Amino acid sequence: MEKILELQHLKKYYATQKAVDDISFSIEKGSIFGLLGPNGAGKTTLLRMITGIFYPDSGIINLDGKVFDPLNDILKIGYMPEERGLYKKMKIGEQALYLAQLKGLSKSEAMEKIKFWFKRLEMESWWNKKVEDLSKGMSQKLQFVITVLHEPKLIILDEPFSGLDPVNANLIKDEIHGLAQRGCTVIFSTHRMEQVEEICDHIVLINLGQKILDGTVANVKQQFKENKFRIQLAEIPQNLVSSSFELVEQKEKQLTVKINEGSRSNDVLAFFLQQNINIESFNEILPSLNEIFIHLVEDTKSTTRAFQTINA
Amino acid sequence: MNKILLIAKREFLSRVQKKTFLLTTIGLPLIIFVFYGMIIYFSVKTTDNYKIAVADNANIFNGKLFNKDNEIVFEFVHTPLTELQKDLATDKYDAYLFVPATYVIEGKDTLQFRSNKAMGIMTRDKIQTRINKALEEKRLMGLNISKSQLDSLQQEKETINFTSANGKTENETKVGVSYAVGMISGFMIYIILFIYGTMVMRGVMEEKVNRIAEVIISSVKPFQLMMGKITGIGTVGLVQFIIWIVLVFGVQFGIAMLFPDLVGHMQGQPIQPAGMQAAQAMKNSGALTGLMEGLNTINFPLIIGCFIFYFIGGYLLYSSLFAAVGSAVNEDPQDAQSLLLPITMPIVFGMVIMMKAVNDPNSSLAIFGSLFPLTSPIVMMARVAHGVPEGVSYLQLVLSMVFLILGFLGTTWVAAKIYRIGILMYGKKATWKEMIKWTFRNN
Repeated sequence: MEKILELQHLKKYYATQKAVDDISFSIEKGSIFGLLGPNGAGKTTLLRMITGIFYPDSGIINLDGKVFDPLNDILKIGYMPEERGLYKKMKIGEQALYLAQLKGLSKSEAMEKIKFWFKRLEMESWWNKKVEDLSKGMSQKLQFVITVLHEPKLIILDEPFSGLDPVNANLIKDEIHGLAQRGCTVIFSTHRMEQVEEICDHIVLINLGQKILDGTVANVKQQFKENKFRIQLAEIPQNLVSSSFELVEQKEKQLTVKINEGSRSNDVLAFFLQQNINIESFNEILPSLNEIFIHLVEDTKSTTRAFQTINA
Repeated sequence: MNKILLIAKREFLSRVQKKTFLLTTIGLPLIIFVFYGMIIYFSVKTTDNYKIAVADNANIFNGKLFNKDNEIVFEFVHTPLTELQKDLATDKYDAYLFVPATYVIEGKDTLQFRSNKAMGIMTRDKIQTRINKALEEKRLMGLNISKSQLDSLQQEKETINFTSANGKTENETKVGVSYAVGMISGFMIYIILFIYGTMVMRGVMEEKVNRIAEVIISSVKPFQLMMGKITGIGTVGLVQFIIWIVLVFGVQFGIAMLFPDLVGHMQGQPIQPAGMQAAQAMKNSGALTGLMEGLNTINFPLIIGCFIFYFIGGYLLYSSLFAAVGSAVNEDPQDAQSLLLPITMPIVFGMVIMMKAVNDPNSSLAIFGSLFPLTSPIVMMARVAHGVPEGVSYLQLVLSMVFLILGFLGTTWVAAKIYRIGILMYGKKATWKEMIKWTFRNN
């Protein structure tokens, strides 16, 4: 697959800390990429370098096969920062037009695209309203439209769902998928792991300015699985001791077992089959990204306590 | 460049389209003018057919007092004082002038003039002039001097020429006019720096508070955003000033149309009644012509040119600093106060030096103040008003302009560094120490 973005040994040091300390990864075209990390891990600094707001101290950013040029590549990128807002007193239509023109679209182009998106997300009646008249969710929706309006190749969304109700969140989620299908690449930065699991193809986890995890969601789960299985049985046998597994938990007729090293899942099945017990279900328990996240971040001793409370 | 214009356009339109802009730009001066107009109108209003009974018991007027128009009518009567008072009460006459039979023109006696209601300044002035004129002629007659003799005497008055070293003639009124012009233009620049500087700062703070800064910074460079804002607000300022100037001349013209007889009294200083009185006094002493001469000797194209240059230069120099402060603070306007001090200090110093420079344009303090770019926009106006090269040499003027441009480039460079970091900082406000650190940071 073609790479839309490649980061090589990116570094950005501040006086007191290493915000981004030698990070490299690449993102495939048309994928939905999750950039994860606790507060203060360096996500925002990294995103600001990718969007050309900051310059890296060292390292290379390649966008679409060429060295990233912050001045001229702006049109290729759509960035929705975490700290976002709009001019409160400005009319929504004018505001969208203004921001699209700042990206470099001509007035007529901008107008055409605004009309398309406003119609698509049922926002046409908003044109002459002011931002201060909108609810928080509505202004989030507007913010999303403004970000993707110029159809950038790379869309960067920092916490895109905060403040959105489930209906609108799903709407935006569908749009993100749609954009990815049409060839856009989406970088998705968030704390909310269930959304990452649902949406992202590929994730990178950073902490303390360093990359600590990189892979597809499925791979990462495989990598961190603890060989635990859940077994639903018709009846509980007398003998539950086996050399191939250890019993972790028992809830009525449901067992959670951990397979010992050297054994396979078939050994567990064979153990129950030999006792002629009906197995109603048998499935592997994969760790959630949330568990992996907490596990990894705590290992690297970071500001996890602040992070865990935000887990909502 | 295109993006700077785009931002400037938005900044300009969003301010000009506001109702408050119309109110402050057109409403406020109009209200002030209407207010002054009313004061002037009521203070100079003349009553038609103001009838004055003159009981000339000493026969000093010989039965004739100049009745120029219908405004004031003198009527000679031979009624006793008590009768006159009755006439006043019954409104037969509006006023009376009683000359006692014992009145001697060379003596120190006073004439009694009594009216039944308060008079306007104009009416009183006219009555006084006419009576004085009649009395003066009478006195001259007593000294055996004819009117024509007196006229020729006044024309041969000796005049002293005050000449500056380079041989240009300077009269006292010109110095006075230079003083006023220097003071007013210096003060105007002082006000401009504050009003529009603060406006830039508020605009930057608004962007930070609304959290739109980062959204925009992802499309344009911070420098473009800052310059766009500064240009846009500067244009608002220029437009506002042009409207005010047009209004001043328009209203002046309007007043002249409404009260034609006022114009003679108001030349030069149309606004305040006090100024009007001064103008009147000067007219009487023949100084008004001097004032007009003084105004004519002032090189207005030069002053207006310099004013516009120092207005734009000073604004650009300071507004970028104001923008830097705006980027470093958050919601709380009180945070801005303490950070603003180092910026407002030189402006206030400039004002103080300007006060000195307007009196003594070639003192070393004035020369320093007019060259130092942080104070030069204010101080130089005071010196330029005295003329080039009397108040300021060509070399100094050019140097000052060059320094101002360099200063503007310098402050903009420093401010842009602070701005690009400050605009993305949330939470606590920055200290000056941190801001200085930012200027040395690479990006």
